[in-house]
Amino acid sequence: MTAAMATLEQSPSGKTSGLKAQLRRAERLRKIKAVALIAPLAIFLIIIFVIPIGNMLWRSIDNTELQQVMPVTAAMVQEWDGSDLPNEAVFASFAHEIRDSRSGGGLGRIGRRLNYEDPTFRTLLTNTIRHLPAEADSWTLALQEISPRWGETSTWLAIQRAAPATTDRYLLASVDLKRNDAGKIEAVEQNQRIYQSVFKRTLLIAGGVTLICLFLGFPLAYLLATLPTGTSNLLLIFVLLPFWTSLLVRTAAWIVMLQSGGLVNTGLIMSGIIDTPIQLVFNRIGVFFAMVHILLPFMVLPLYSVMKGVSPSYQRAAVSLGAHPFAAFWQVYVPQTISGIAAGTILVFIMAIGYYITPALVGGPSDQMVSYYVAYYTNTTNNWGMAAALGSLLLLATLLLYLIYHKLVNQKQLVRS
Amino acid sequence: MQPGAEMEPLVRFSGVQKTYDGENLVVKDLNLTIHKGEFVTLLGPSGSGKTTCLMMLAGFEVPTSGDIFLGQQRLNTLPPHKRNIGMVFQNYALFPHMTVEENLLYPLKTRKMPKQLAREKVDRILSIIKLDDFAKRRPTQLSGGQQQRVALARALVFEPNLVLMDEPLGALDKQLREHMQLEIKHLHQQLGLTVVFVTHDQTEALTMSDRVAVFNDGVIQQIDSPQALYEYPANAFVAQFIGENNTLTGRVKTVDGDFCQVQFGEGLGTRASKSLTLNAGDPTQLSIRPERVRLNGASQSLPNRYRTTLHEFVYLGDHLRLRCELAGNDQFYVKVPVSELCPSLAVGDQIDIGWRDEDVRALNAV
Repeated sequence: MTAAMATLEQSPSGKTSGLKAQLRRAERLRKIKAVALIAPLAIFLIIIFVIPIGNMLWRSIDNTELQQVMPVTAAMVQEWDGSDLPNEAVFASFAHEIRDSRSGGGLGRIGRRLNYEDPTFRTLLTNTIRHLPAEADSWTLALQEISPRWGETSTWLAIQRAAPATTDRYLLASVDLKRNDAGKIEAVEQNQRIYQSVFKRTLLIAGGVTLICLFLGFPLAYLLATLPTGTSNLLLIFVLLPFWTSLLVRTAAWIVMLQSGGLVNTGLIMSGIIDTPIQLVFNRIGVFFAMVHILLPFMVLPLYSVMKGVSPSYQRAAVSLGAHPFAAFWQVYVPQTISGIAAGTILVFIMAIGYYITPALVGGPSDQMVSYYVAYYTNTTNNWGMAAALGSLLLLATLLLYLIYHKLVNQKQLVRS
Repeated sequence: MQPGAEMEPLVRFSGVQKTYDGENLVVKDLNLTIHKGEFVTLLGPSGSGKTTCLMMLAGFEVPTSGDIFLGQQRLNTLPPHKRNIGMVFQNYALFPHMTVEENLLYPLKTRKMPKQLAREKVDRILSIIKLDDFAKRRPTQLSGGQQQRVALARALVFEPNLVLMDEPLGALDKQLREHMQLEIKHLHQQLGLTVVFVTHDQTEALTMSDRVAVFNDGVIQQIDSPQALYEYPANAFVAQFIGENNTLTGRVKTVDGDFCQVQFGEGLGTRASKSLTLNAGDPTQLSIRPERVRLNGASQSLPNRYRTTLHEFVYLGDHLRLRCELAGNDQFYVKVPVSELCPSLAVGDQIDIGWRDEDVRALNAV
C-alpha cells in the first residue's frame, strides 16, 4: 500500500500536465478527422454563402463609382464646403477626368450613379463631353458656357454626395427616406413612397402564409404522428409529393386551377354556389393559395418529427387526472410540440419572406413582395445598390424576428432539455 | 386485505370480452371483483390481456361486450376524465413542461378546487412522498425513483376511488424497485387505497399484493393470495409462471380424496396433492418446488424417494442448486442451503432425493 501511495503522492503536478499532453496527442487525430469531414461543406458555404452575402451587404453602402472614375475630383469635391461654387481646380480636374472617362466605360458608370441623384445628370454629362473644348483658360467659365447648370451649387452637391466611398442613400431609399441638399434625412415625396408599404406587405403575406400553414399543418402532422406506421408513411409520401414537381409547374398549375374559367370557378358555378366567376388569381387570394400549398410540407415535417417523439401517454395521463380531452391536448400536448411549431414557423416564414416567383406569377401588381423589387433592380435597372439595400434590410428583418422568436421560444423551451 | 376492512366490492368486471381485430379475443369472458381497500395485481406474460383490462378500467379501451362497474356506476360509457381513477403510467408520464408542483396541482385544477385547498393538498402529498424540497424542480431534474414517487403522488393527490398502476417499477434498477415496492405497499396501508397493479414480474406481485390474478391467453388462470398461488397452483401454467418449478409428466393411477397416486418415468410413483378436476387415468403434470426436495439423509424418512444422478452444481451465494436427472428430465433442480451441503458430493454421484406428499402437486397436463 505504502509504495503505491507514495508514488501517487510524490507525482508532481508536472505529471498531470504530461497526462494532458498525452490526451491531446491521442485526441489530435480524431480532431483532424472531424475537421476534414466538415471541411468540404465549410468551404462550400464560405464560397457560396458567406462571401456573396458579405458582398451584398457591402454593395448596399458601396459608393466607389466616382472615386474610381474621377479620383482627383472626388477627393477635391469632398473638401469643398458647399456654400459657393467649387474653385477652379475642381472644375479643371473634373474637365480632364470626364474627358478621360470616355474610354473604358467609366462615363456610363458615373452617369448611372449620378442619375440616382438627379435623373437628368447623364444627359448633362454626355452633353458636356460633346462640347468640351480642348483647352480653356478658365474651366469654371468653359463648363458654365456649355450648361448653366455647372454654375449651380446643387449640381456640385450631387457630385459631392457621390464622392465618398460609402453612402447610406440606398438604405435610406429602401425605407422611403433620403438626404436633402443640406444633408438632413427626410421622407421622400408622398407619391414616391413605396418600400415601406412593400416591406409591410411582405411581412404581412409571409406572416399570413405561416399562420395558415400552422393552422393546416398542425392537425395533419398530429394525424401522421398518431396513425400506425404503415398508414402514416403512405400519407407522408403524399405530403412530400409536391417536391417531385418544380416550383414553377406547381405555381402555373394554380393559375390553371384558379383562373375564371378554371376548375375551382367552374365547380363552384356548376354546384350553384356562385353565378359569376370570382377573381381567385392575380390577386392576394391566389398568392396565399399557391404559397401555402408550396410551403406546407416545411411546416408539417418539423412538426411531425417532434410529435413523433411525444408519447401519447401524456395525454392519457392528463385525461386520467380529470382533464377534458381537449384541455389535455391544449395544456399537455401542444406545449410539448413548441419546438416543432417554432422550427416550422421559422422555416416557413423565412422562406415566405423571400418569395419571388410565386407572387410574381399568381399575384397582382399590389401583391409583389420585396424580392420582386430586388429582382427588378438587378435585372432591369442594374441598380446593384438598391437591390443590395433591399436584400440587406430583408436579411435584417429576418434576423430580428428570429432573435425575438428565439427569446420567446427559449423560455418555454427549458422544458425539453 | 387489511384486517377489519369490510369486503365491499368496488370494481366488478362482468363477462367482459375484448377484441381489437374482430377475430382474436384479447380478454375472454372476464369476471373479477375487486374489494375496497384491496391491493390486486394482474400478473401475466406480455400479451396475456392484463394491460388491456387495466386500460378498460381506466377508460382508454372500450369492452367489446360485458360490463364494468365502479361501485354502483356502470363504467362502459363513462369517459375516462369523469371516472375519478388515478393512474400511474409505465414511463410516469410526468408533464415535462411543468414543475413537480404544477404536475401535482394539475388534477386539482381540472377539478376547480380552490387554490388554497389545492396547495395544502399538494404540500401534504409532497411530505408523504418526502419530496418537499423538490416542488419547483422539473421532472427531468429528478432521479428515476423521485419521478416514480411524483407520478404516484399525482395519481393520489385528488383522492381517487381507485388507483391503477401499469408496470410502474419497470424502469427502475433492482434495488430501487424493491425499495419502491415496499413504499407503495406502505402507502396502500397508510391511506387505505384500492390498487390495481399490473406487472409481469412475479416477485413484485407476490411481495405487494393481497390477491394476484394470473393472466394467460386472455383468461384469469387463478386468482388467489400470494401464498395460495405459490403453494397451491391451480394449473401447470400458474405453477410454471410463479416461482421456480420442477416438472414431471405422468398419469393418475388412483384418486384418494385430495390426494392421488401418480405413475411417472419407468415404474416410478408418488403420492401427490391433486388439483380439483383430475380423475383416475388422466395424464398429469407433477410440479415440485426445488426448495421442497430433500437430499440424501434428510430424505430418508420421506414416503417418496428416488435415486438420481447429479449433473451440475450452480452456486448462488446463499444457496446451491443441484441439477439432477430424474425420470428422463435432466433439468430437475434441487435447492440446498450452502451450510447443509455435504462437501464430499461430486458431479456424477448417485444421490437420493425425496419429497412429502403435500409438496408435490398433480396438475392438469397442458
